[in-house]
Amino acid sequence: MSIHESNGSPQSLKNASKIKFEERRESLTFLGLSLPAILAIFIVVFLPIIWLSSLSFYNAAGELSMENYARIYESALYRRTFVVTFQISIAVTLICVLLGYPLCYWLTKLPDRTASILMIFVLVPFWTSILVRTYAWLVLLQRNGIINSSLMSLGIIDEPLQLAHNLTGSIIGMVHVMLPFLVLPLYATMRSIDTDLVRAAVGLGSSPREAFWRVFFPMSRPGLFAGIVLVFILSLGFYVTPALMGGGRVQMLAQRIESTITIYSNWGAASALGVVLLLLALVMIWLMNRVFGLDKLFMR
Amino acid sequence: MEQVGQRKIDGMWLTVVGIAVLFFLILPTLIVIPISFGGATFLEFPPRSFSLRWYESYFTSSEWMSATKISLIAAVLTAAIATPLGSLCAYGLHCSAPRIRSTAQILVIMPLVVPVILIAVGVFSLYAKLGLNYTLTGIVIAHTALALPFVIVTVMSGLQSYDFDQELAARSLGASRAYALWTVTVPQVKFSIQTGAFLAFVTSLDEVVISMLVSGGDNATITRRMFNSMRDHLDPTIAAISTCLIVVSVAALIGVQLIGRSKNVDN
Repeated sequence: MSIHESNGSPQSLKNASKIKFEERRESLTFLGLSLPAILAIFIVVFLPIIWLSSLSFYNAAGELSMENYARIYESALYRRTFVVTFQISIAVTLICVLLGYPLCYWLTKLPDRTASILMIFVLVPFWTSILVRTYAWLVLLQRNGIINSSLMSLGIIDEPLQLAHNLTGSIIGMVHVMLPFLVLPLYATMRSIDTDLVRAAVGLGSSPREAFWRVFFPMSRPGLFAGIVLVFILSLGFYVTPALMGGGRVQMLAQRIESTITIYSNWGAASALGVVLLLLALVMIWLMNRVFGLDKLFMR
Repeated sequence: MEQVGQRKIDGMWLTVVGIAVLFFLILPTLIVIPISFGGATFLEFPPRSFSLRWYESYFTSSEWMSATKISLIAAVLTAAIATPLGSLCAYGLHCSAPRIRSTAQILVIMPLVVPVILIAVGVFSLYAKLGLNYTLTGIVIAHTALALPFVIVTVMSGLQSYDFDQELAARSLGASRAYALWTVTVPQVKFSIQTGAFLAFVTSLDEVVISMLVSGGDNATITRRMFNSMRDHLDPTIAAISTCLIVVSVAALIGVQLIGRSKNVDN
């Protein structure tokens, strides 16, 4: 109080500096509270990755070189891995958008209560272990599995389709894992859209379709974009489902990194692949931060 | 008139697609449970007879049981360590200057978006130096780092909606900072902390890639054993284990929801 009463007096200046000192000390205390967790994340996640990345710049003889990167660029095998990884990630992202967008749009049109009950169908698989879901898809898609037998009894196909242990199986399994990552941010964004605006557009003479594309869709774009980037990043580095559903025929980056280390013990090549994967992911994250704002994750 | 018809067709089309996608999402969960109760000596769907043989084969296998024990211990320890560390971190960041906070937030979210395979390979090589591979300690440390972002994000969003003046009021009435935090703030964000603990538990329990490289031998986790078993053949025992895992996850999820609801009723 004395600060307000005696503005500019030596006493208030002393108080001001004391307050400033207190503030600084306090902010350090807070940083101290955060430090153990941040340090744990840094030591376990960042430090090994930094060390691993440095390995990629040494050749087998231990000299500084770009040999590992040159090999990635020249080797048909590694190039193929990159192409396959991108193809699968793009396909999975596209399918997720085609399935997820109509689902979210439909849910926003339903009454709140119904929609939140139906969201359980999205959340239960989201909280079910990836292994459990992959197992189920392997069962469903196998040669004499339920999908093949029902298609055959319906007379749609004569011979069982090869659905598991190949690219098709990997994509189906991955879409199932990734879909909630698209749906959750997209649905949150759509929920916050004021539907009166769409109604206003129709009232002013726009057709419902035009109103959707020119009013609703643009407003849903931030959520859609966040979902797309999330699905794409996670697909690029995905290991479990393609490893199990691909039957050894599908080699994405993550499997290639793992086998390069566990089978060939080639740390240099594996870490170079890792650096490329990391850079791809970081570019995506940067993009997402620019457009959507990563700190939005903290405010729900 | 034409427009109304068009709108009806659009609406029907949307409903059909929506239901189909929801069915696609829930289908695997629906399929695993009946398989686990099948009576045949091989995997069949739909099962023609009912039996508990796959549960018996799970619960009498010493290998599966020890893997389950390791996974549960690791998950409980991970939640026990990550929850207080992450909550403190969230509180600290919440009260820090915006500049520090936004930098730290990005650092904290990174483990969620960095490909897990890279974390796994990195941790594996770090542990090779420290002799932590194939140890419970190693699994818990790695899982804690992976679970911390979930705890921090949940507790921070809880703190966002908490009126911080309450803590200031407590302090101006003579409570020390720590006492005010513990008796005023913590009870208010209890639900977020519990949700964070649940997320940490499930993160550890379901984690596959790091466990695959870092756990093994006597300390193999259940996910590692399941992964290896699924590479060879489709053992219906996995369906029984999966059903148990689903029950544990859903029970924990419902538990958190119920606690949240009772808290809302109190208010």
